[in-house]
Amino acid sequence: MNSSIFIIGLTLAFAIYLGIRARKGRDMKLEQWAVAERNFGSLIMFVLMAGEMFSTFVFLGASGGAYRMGGPTIYVFCALTYVIPFWILPPVWRYAKKNNLITQSDFFAQKYQSKNLGLLVAIIGVISMIPYIVLQLKGFQIIVSEASYGAIPPKIAVWIGLIAVTIFVYISGIHGSAWTAVLKDILMLTVILFLGFYLPYHYYGGIQPMFETLDKAKPGFLLMPDKGLSISWYVSISITIALGQYMWPHCFGASLSSKSETALRKNTAILPLYQIVLVFILFIGFTAVLKIPNLEGTASDLALFKIAKESLPTWFIGVIGSAGLLAALIPCSLLILTASTLLSKNIFKHFKPNTSDQKLAKLTRIFVPIIALISLFFTFYGGNTMIALLTMAYSFVLQLFPPLAFSLLKRNPISKIGASAGMIVGVAIVAYQTLEGTTMATMFPSAPHFIQDLDIGVVAITVNTVIMLAFSLFTKKVSVIQEDHISQASNL
Amino acid sequence: MKKWIALLTILPGIGSLTVVNKIEPYIFGLPFIVFWSTLWLILTSVCLLVCNVIYDRKEQNNE
Repeated sequence: MNSSIFIIGLTLAFAIYLGIRARKGRDMKLEQWAVAERNFGSLIMFVLMAGEMFSTFVFLGASGGAYRMGGPTIYVFCALTYVIPFWILPPVWRYAKKNNLITQSDFFAQKYQSKNLGLLVAIIGVISMIPYIVLQLKGFQIIVSEASYGAIPPKIAVWIGLIAVTIFVYISGIHGSAWTAVLKDILMLTVILFLGFYLPYHYYGGIQPMFETLDKAKPGFLLMPDKGLSISWYVSISITIALGQYMWPHCFGASLSSKSETALRKNTAILPLYQIVLVFILFIGFTAVLKIPNLEGTASDLALFKIAKESLPTWFIGVIGSAGLLAALIPCSLLILTASTLLSKNIFKHFKPNTSDQKLAKLTRIFVPIIALISLFFTFYGGNTMIALLTMAYSFVLQLFPPLAFSLLKRNPISKIGASAGMIVGVAIVAYQTLEGTTMATMFPSAPHFIQDLDIGVVAITVNTVIMLAFSLFTKKVSVIQEDHISQASNL
Repeated sequence: MKKWIALLTILPGIGSLTVVNKIEPYIFGLPFIVFWSTLWLILTSVCLLVCNVIYDRKEQNNE
């Protein structure tokens, strides 16, 4: 056993301890378990919101992206991502608090006075979350086996990680995620800032020399090309991410656990600053380009570990591994928690409406290991199609944005039929495009490049909005009592 | 007043979507394209924080 495995083991044990201890002295009713009775203050909200953003994608994907794509990777830290939640989260939170809502599906069902619409939203949410969990687990596999120098087999690693998450989600609910997120943030910040400075200095004598060497060796690599990953692509993908990010049921759900609106607003205001961490991750990937050449395709996600192993001692690889391990487990815990709440409260209860609250709370927790096992199955047998599915999932949740945004208006012009039709069409476009493997370029071969390079999410959401408005012209709007609620909720 | 506050948050949105696609000049050791997008992270935070302070003050006045 080397020092690296020892450190990883210790971190995992400590995380489980923190996760379980978080429950202390609390009676775990569903509202406590899922949204902490809306009692989280600014600081804990911050780590929780940062916790769901900075996942394995950031750790492996962003450094790998810089390695593979070069300049266009700056899309990972677009500031617009937090301007949107700054506006939409406070009214959502206020409305949810007033009506005792604990999930995203609850919110839609209440706003549009339609249980069926809530069901649709819950189903889109659960379908989108499974590939997201799988991606975290796949990242976890890579991280643990790389950091243990291959001593821990990937399959065993995933089992251990998943059991750990299941235990603390089952016992402490969202409190478990919040407390372990504190540990994760400290570790991740330290590791990334250190590597982001150390590697360019170690290999090139500084950050600017690193960029200059890279620019000379691969002219144009640091810029956006004229077509493909062009400026038009950048703008459309940034909009997709910005509008879609808080449509993820777990991001939406976690924001409901805030104690106040100010805490939410303050956090969305600080999160762009926190994203500077991502700039440092890009430095790591850029350093690796010339030093560790020939990582092709998915292997480029190993860029961070490969270059760290070249220049750093074993025990430090253990520290990197620990940070990466938590970066996978915390988002995973939030995802599993949200998926099981949706499954029991919004899907199971829809078909069995007279389930008692007590039974529902119990049921939600039973869903935790079930979802864990389903995700495990896809991790082992899903192959790499899961990555394609995740891209699809991002565009799926994006389709929830138009009906949500309209529902915050004083007078919502959208009917429940319009909202459902729009979402279904949007989701169908995305699904068709992913399964058929078409892009804007293959569909419109003669269109100019700035149209061909558009992200499919933006196209689908536009069609979605048009259909939604068209259908709403001819169908009945939400009742007047409802409008009363809305005007109070959106009174910023 | 309310309109001006909204402007404060729309501005960073537009700014962060504008890309200055060039390497020179290097600022703080960063190629200009990387510097530009990083700069907007900071400016967005500043704008949103100012916005938040104004809101809080307004809420207190209302109470």
